Amino acid sequence: MKISVIITLKKDVLDPQGKVIHQTLDGMGFNNINEVRQGKYFEIDAKENDPKKAKDKVEEMCKKLLANLVIENYKIIDAQ
Amino acid sequence: MKSSVITFPGSNCDRDMDVALKKFGFKNKMVWHDDVELPKSDLVVLPGGFSYGDYLRCGSMASKSKIMTSVINFANSGGMVMGICNGFQILVETGLVPGVLLRNKYLEFICKNVFVKINNKKNTYFKNINKVLEFHIAHNEGNYFCTKDQLKEIEDNEQVAINYCDKDGKTEEQFNPNGSIKNIAGIFNKEKNVLGMMPHPERMIDHSLSGEDGSLFFNNLINNLK
Repeated sequence: MKISVIITLKKDVLDPQGKVIHQTLDGMGFNNINEVRQGKYFEIDAKENDPKKAKDKVEEMCKKLLANLVIENYKIIDAQ
Repeated sequence: MKSSVITFPGSNCDRDMDVALKKFGFKNKMVWHDDVELPKSDLVVLPGGFSYGDYLRCGSMASKSKIMTSVINFANSGGMVMGICNGFQILVETGLVPGVLLRNKYLEFICKNVFVKINNKKNTYFKNINKVLEFHIAHNEGNYFCTKDQLKEIEDNEQVAINYCDKDGKTEEQFNPNGSIKNIAGIFNKEKNVLGMMPHPERMIDHSLSGEDGSLFFNNLINNLK
């Protein structure tokens, strides 16, 4: 079963990379952007057929390794 | 005094630390990250470098190494654990010290000498040091960050160890190299037996190569431990 996870920086955490990407896009002529925030995306192929169990496992992975909850949020977006 | 330096895949300041510790009288052992047992130690050091290539987040993989279970138990039972640079990043990932280290504010790898002011001297690491120290920094992710609640707790418990400053000890924003909250360069755990800091004292132990404030630091540390 494949599960996708998105990790994003929390709102009040400075994202210098996102800021530079924003500036670069602006320089390229993409002028109507309010803000860019950079995150991470994971595809996890788990040896598990029960979607509930697989999601629970991935949630544990997020809490223990994939995200640092001081600065990041995680969202399990897809299980198939 | 016995010390142990942990080597992770990608550590590159482990041997410098070994040289420094031995120079000031520690009997040091190098310990591989995949070992389970920690040798009997008065001090454990997590050295600088790029453990696991800084994959995922700096220090995140190393914080889950086999040896770290022993290091965490050692720290929780009052053992002295010091993390320098990447070692500091590993410490925050274990949760032994609060906060995180983000990318430097201006997205530059910073490699230069800095001055740091000791904020709390009531501990084994800095007791009896009465001057501003000149250390070296070399990092891409040294921008110390924590939540407002955490900052309050850190300050209430006097957990800020050192702050970036100028040669006279002025801790103003212009002397902050990387964007760290309140110029924080190093943090203790609540009990002050665990210290994480970005600057490298082991790079300041030779007058003709760099400077001697590292010598002062290590000499003082071993004397305080005795």
